Amino acid sequence: MDTKEQASPLIEHKGVRIEDTFAEAFGMRGARVVITARSPEWARTAAQSLTGFATSVIGCKLEAGIEADWPARETPDGRPGVSVLVFAFDADGLAKRLIERIGQTVLTCPTTACFDGLPDAEDRVNVGGMLRHFGDRFQSSKFLDGKRYWRIPVMEGEFLIEESFGVRKAIGGGNMLILARDADAALEAAEAAVRAMRGVRGIVLPFPGGVVRSGSKVGARHYKKMIASTNDAYCPTLKGRLGPESALSEEVNSVLEIVVDGLDRAAIEAALRAGVDAACRAGVVAISAGNYGGKLGKHHFHLRELVPAKPEA
Amino acid sequence: MWLGKNRRRLDEFFDVEGEKSEELRIVGDAGRVKWIGRDMTRGRIAVEGHAGMHLGSRMAGGAIEVSGDVSDWLGAEMSGGAIHVRGNAGGQVGAAYRGSLAGMRDGTIVIDGRAGLEVGQRMKRGTIVVSGGVRDFAGLEMRGGTIVLGAAELRTGAWMLRGTIVVLQSIPILPTFAYASTYSPTFLGLYAQRLKRLGVEIPVDEHAGAYRRYTGDAAIPGKGELLVWEPRG
Repeated sequence: MDTKEQASPLIEHKGVRIEDTFAEAFGMRGARVVITARSPEWARTAAQSLTGFATSVIGCKLEAGIEADWPARETPDGRPGVSVLVFAFDADGLAKRLIERIGQTVLTCPTTACFDGLPDAEDRVNVGGMLRHFGDRFQSSKFLDGKRYWRIPVMEGEFLIEESFGVRKAIGGGNMLILARDADAALEAAEAAVRAMRGVRGIVLPFPGGVVRSGSKVGARHYKKMIASTNDAYCPTLKGRLGPESALSEEVNSVLEIVVDGLDRAAIEAALRAGVDAACRAGVVAISAGNYGGKLGKHHFHLRELVPAKPEA
Repeated sequence: MWLGKNRRRLDEFFDVEGEKSEELRIVGDAGRVKWIGRDMTRGRIAVEGHAGMHLGSRMAGGAIEVSGDVSDWLGAEMSGGAIHVRGNAGGQVGAAYRGSLAGMRDGTIVIDGRAGLEVGQRMKRGTIVVSGGVRDFAGLEMRGGTIVLGAAELRTGAWMLRGTIVVLQSIPILPTFAYASTYSPTFLGLYAQRLKRLGVEIPVDEHAGAYRRYTGDAAIPGKGELLVWEPRG
């Protein structure tokens, strides 16, 4: 058994060991995009396209995911909608990505319209005001309650988009690791955690199905140009091999990670708390988290603070 | 207040009660009192009865509510705030004064009853709703903004440059307007949501019907639009 594990104080939840460590997360900038359409299915189709290939800023330049389905009574135009959260390292980068992605995936999708989901944010980026040029001067605008909306004529009819979108400080890279006896147990626990975490507003899980199987470490041991490479300490197949120091005990044969990006600390904490609780089930050996020793990200989420309190006897 | 050219005390004409406040309540027939709420920027005026000409003229903020009828030039050249008239209104609602280039610049006017001539003349921005319909020349020389009408008589949108006039009944269309298409404008959903809070319903259900879109006025030539509701079937 790994010495680090033996040194950890024992915290348990539902019979699963909670390692005394923390998830290390980073400051980002976030925006919320509300997509509406004639039907919930078309709204979700556009949202899925917008959030495709947006798992990690390392390779995708942004991180994004579907936050929630919105009932028609809550959306600006009274149609069913889906909200998407988008994260990047700075506001300028976020604006570029929003223009690219909304232009290619929402503008093109039948019946959709696109609205800002952070109307109170002080920082604004111009998105609809740039996409309006697709209208080739046939576009027109409406000014309502202090906001400008652009109407862009398209072959189907009209695409409506708000001129500016709010941007606010956000947090990316919150995470938890599920250490399980086998692949089935890891996957079941991860799926349960994702279901629980997706009930929290203000967060998204940007990876496929909300789950990461290929957690990474910064840089690489052997390829110096790589900015990220496999997290060898958590690869079960590398246990016992000379070189990497494994963080896994003998009984762990599969590890899955869940990464959380959120608009604020409270939302990420709520999501991790729900995820840890749901992931503690049969076949799971321990819950851990990824960090860089606290040197890179200023937001630390200690697992011991996320374990739901035991009811008093 | 003014009586002709003479400045007079308010209590010479009205019983005045209460303390200094941003909320004003006028009870009784003020149908011959002009310029109520002129240039107001905040606060609330409730008129329980009728009101005279120029109500809310050039107002920039706050709210005015009238339970009865109002006369001409309601909200003329207003730039913000909201006016709700439960009864009927005269002509030139939200219009530009003679010789002025721009009428209403922002804000909302809702009239539950009918209104007269030249509603929204030269308006640039904002929303006017007349649930009961209007007389001739609605949106005359309109520059922008949105007018929603229950019905309209002749020459609606004449010389309009930009902006939107939504009419919920079939109307005579000027020959200088060209039919474009029949569709469900997404942006009307925004107005429907907002106006619902003011007690106004705009049909946006695609199953119930669609809007015939006409562009004009080609006599200018203009880029305005008339959206005429056409129930399905």
